[in-house]
This record gives sequence, C-alpha cells and structure tokens, in this order.
Amino acid sequence: MRLDLTHIQRWIEPGTRVLDLGCGNGEFLELLREQRQVRGTGLEIDGDMITAAVSRGLNIVEQNMDQGLANFPDQSFDTVVMAHALQAVHFPDKVLDEMLRIGRQCIVTFPNFGHWRCRLHLGTRGRMPVSRFMPHMWYDTPNIHFCTVKDFEDLCALKGISILARDVVGNTERTPVLAGTWPNLFATTAIYHITR
Amino acid sequence: MSTANDSHSVGIVTPRIARFEEPLPLACGRDLPAYELIYETYGELNAQRSNAILVCHALSGHHHAAGYHSADDKRPGWWDECIGPGKPIDTSHFYVVSVNNIGGCHGSTGPMSINPETGKPWGPDFPPLRARDWVHSQARLADYLGIDCWAAIVGGSLGGMQAMRWALEYPQRVRHCIVIAAAMKLSAQNLAFNEVARQAIVSDPKFAGGYYQEHNAVPSQGLALARMVGHITYLSDNAMANKFGRDLRSGTLEQGDQEQAEFQVQSYLRYQGSQFSSSFDANTYILMTRALDYFDLAREYGNDPVAAFKHASCSFLVISFSTDWRFSPERSREIVDALIAADRPVTYAEIEADEGHDAFLLPIPRYVDLFHAYMRRVGESS
Repeated sequence: MRLDLTHIQRWIEPGTRVLDLGCGNGEFLELLREQRQVRGTGLEIDGDMITAAVSRGLNIVEQNMDQGLANFPDQSFDTVVMAHALQAVHFPDKVLDEMLRIGRQCIVTFPNFGHWRCRLHLGTRGRMPVSRFMPHMWYDTPNIHFCTVKDFEDLCALKGISILARDVVGNTERTPVLAGTWPNLFATTAIYHITR
Repeated sequence: MSTANDSHSVGIVTPRIARFEEPLPLACGRDLPAYELIYETYGELNAQRSNAILVCHALSGHHHAAGYHSADDKRPGWWDECIGPGKPIDTSHFYVVSVNNIGGCHGSTGPMSINPETGKPWGPDFPPLRARDWVHSQARLADYLGIDCWAAIVGGSLGGMQAMRWALEYPQRVRHCIVIAAAMKLSAQNLAFNEVARQAIVSDPKFAGGYYQEHNAVPSQGLALARMVGHITYLSDNAMANKFGRDLRSGTLEQGDQEQAEFQVQSYLRYQGSQFSSSFDANTYILMTRALDYFDLAREYGNDPVAAFKHASCSFLVISFSTDWRFSPERSREIVDALIAADRPVTYAEIEADEGHDAFLLPIPRYVDLFHAYMRRVGESS
C-alpha cells in the first residue's frame, strides 16, 4: 500500500460514501471497505484495472474525468478522493471544483515537483527529472500538470478552497520531520484534506 | 469448435415446459387465459436456493442458451460462450434458468399457439405484450421452481431491458441485475428500423394480415427482409468491412463482362435472412419489435429514470460496446448516470470492440474477463 493512501484513511469517517477518482485496481477502496466500512465507488479508465477492482467486489464506473463529472449530483458523496491523478488530468482546477461540488470533503494527493531531488535534477542536469516516483520521459508521460506544494496552496487560496489538513510523505520513513517543516523541499508526496 | 463433450460445455440439455392455468393480467388490459413457458436449466439449485440466475433473451432469442439438444447438434445454444463450467455464468456454481418469453415462437405460448376461445392459432390476435408481461409470467416460473430471489438476472439488448424491468417490478427478488448492450428506451432511429422490419413483413402478400398459418403459408420473403435490415444494424461498419470488404462471391467487375457480380455481403445477408425466416414466426417478430418500441423504463415514474431506479434494491453491472450504434454506449451511460443519481451500486464498462451490437454474444477477452469477475462476486454472495 502506498504511504499516501495509509495516511488518508484517518480522514474518512466509518460507514460513509466515498468516490475514488482514478481508483486503479481498487486497492485503496478495498482497504477503506475493510477498515472503515465505507460504501465506495471508483472511477477508472484502464480496462485491466477495472477488472482487477471488480474482482475485489468493488463498484467501478468506467469514466474519463477529463470529460467531466457532471453525472455525479451535488454533495452526493461524503468524501471524494483523488490520489496521484491531479497531475494527469487536463484541467486540474476544474476537476478540483467538481470534486468539491460532489463531495462534502475531498482528499487530494500528488507528487511534489518542488522536492529537492527534482530541483537538483533540473538544476544540475538541465533535464526534466526521471525517478522511481516519476519514471516517465517528458514526451511519453501521463503526468502533464506537475505542481509543487506552494503552487497547490496558491491555487486553493485563489479558489477559496479551505485546507483542513496537510500531510506529507518524505522519500524515506526517516524524513517526516524535514518534510513536515519544509514540505515544498522535502515532501515527495503532498496530501491535502480540503473543503469549501 | 466446442462440442457437447467439452468440459466447458453444459453438454446435452432437454427443454422443459411449465404450464400456468391462472390467467395472466397483461399490460394491455387483457388477460392471457393460461400459458406455457418452455425453459432450460443448467447447473444445480443449491440447498439455500440462492444460486439461481435468470437469463433473458434478446429480440430473436429463445430458451436454448447453452449446450446441445443432441450429440449431432452442430451449434450450441446462443450464449454458450458465457454459460457453462468455467465460463462467466459458471454452471458449476450457479443454477441457470433460460426461458422463452411468452409471445415467442419456440415453445412458449405465443401467436403460433392455439387460442382456446377459437380453436385456431392466435396469429395477429395474440395480445400485444410489454416487457413487464414477460417479467410477471417469469415470476410465476420462479415460484414454480422454488426461487424466491434470483442471485442475478442477466440480459443483453432486449433481454437487458427486461432484466431492468425485473429489478423495478420485483426489487426483493433480484440481487444483481446485469444489463448488456441495452437502453432505457429506444431512440427514434431504433424505432425507425423496427418499423422498416415490420413493413417488410406486412407487405409480403403471404402475410395475409397475419393469418398466414390458416392459409398454410409463411411470409418468408418479408421476414427475411426484416432480418436483413436488423442484421445490418447489429454489425458495425468496420465489422462488415473486415468480414466481407468488397469481396465478390461471383462474377467480376471487369469492363465488358455482362454477368452481374455478387458481393459476399449480399449473399451473406440473404443467407441470414432465409435461415431466419425458416426458424422464426412473423407475428412473433412483429410482437417483439413492438414490445421493444413501447419499452420506456421510466415512463410510469414521471419519466424520471432516477425515481425509477430508486425502486430497485439490487446491484447493477452495465456493459456497452464501443461500436454498437443500435444500443450505443451513450444509452448505457444514461442508465449508469441514473443509477449513480439514485444512489444504487453500479459497475460500468465500455468494451472496445469492433463487432457492433453483436459483440455482446462474442468472446471478447476484456468483456468475458470482466463479466466473469463480476459473476464470481455474485457467487460469493449467493
């Protein structure tokens, strides 16, 4: 289980309704179902992932977020989660608006492009970072909207989105203090609990 | 090719007939005095009677969905790809019931049956039916078989529409509703194709206003033409291009050649038409296409699909196929959106497939895998 996903769990009330955007193979929804008894729905576009998630007994809807979420009624979910997908959508700001319309609260995680390794990579080599967390070449990547912790918080301020909590994952278990203190430099993954 | 001895086949099956003497009130306001349903079953009903699956057939379908009627049978039932040991509707876990709808022409009471009041075949005087009539007639079959609640009701095309009607009419008797390549109602284009098919039939002089049986005649030309039109709409442009292209069956297109050339697709359609007209009843075709036309899931719920689905208490699996233009993915998404808005559990997949509407009968790997995965879940809860 990815660290960001284990961190998110505690913000989800037991027995509530959760929409997971870009749910992949359903690993997280399954965890939430077992640990938090949530009623979950997942959105996914990859056929093999959908089959894997259905095999876990989850309800999955094949739908491309980039074509909108208008079919989900206002405030129809307690929590809308989007883990590691913000950087892959065409209009991250619009998706955030839609998430906050559909869910009472939202949880967003994304890779922090402000991490010192990214900066070092770009600064010393002059090339787009390629790492274990971001293994794609710039011309062939699903990640088209990278941002940093500061960028994201600026967007929240601009849109009047309240940040209920921020959490970060460093690149090793030993760096939570650094990542907590200087998230834009030391967080590999940023985790936000937001509402409007 | 699979055979009756194949370990994934249900093997040799024998249809059975259930007779119901109590009149069946129909949506049209009339009663069907008594009726028979022909059906097949595959697999064993468990002790808790919780593993029963109802298979609903499409427009031209029937009860023979899987296996063979004899060792010499060349072709298995129409959904043998998906029903059998180790297949998505796994008969080593499920008890599968496949029934011919009333109004049909394969053994259930329909236009070819004798009207007890006149002693003659019903013909065109058979009461018009709606999908709900099939549902109510089959609820009695469920009673007869001792099935309080279906683990799942599964159907493609018209069968999927019927499955949804089941979920609304008997919410306590359905745990999962599986709706493949279907719609909540037909589009104008669909209505138009059905009308062309019916006109082809009624314009055949042998149709005789539907009383052809009394004249020992069959309007086979009209029925064949109806099927040809239908068949084109079940395939995609690409599927036809891949299957036939512009290949010739006879003649040439050389200049100076006076012989008429015949394209492969012409001969294929004529063959399909003539096969169909020798095995299907024209009045049934008219009745079934009308039932399709009239179907509108949400009509009685203030035309609000969300209000309609709030009456359902089962989980839904909805599947569409990318090149299906008769029951397009948009129609399936309307179902899914209504289910989401009604807060009903739903899984939806749009399968990339070249084969058009017919895809729902074909062994497309992603489709079969997903269907199988979902059915395992149905099995775990039954």
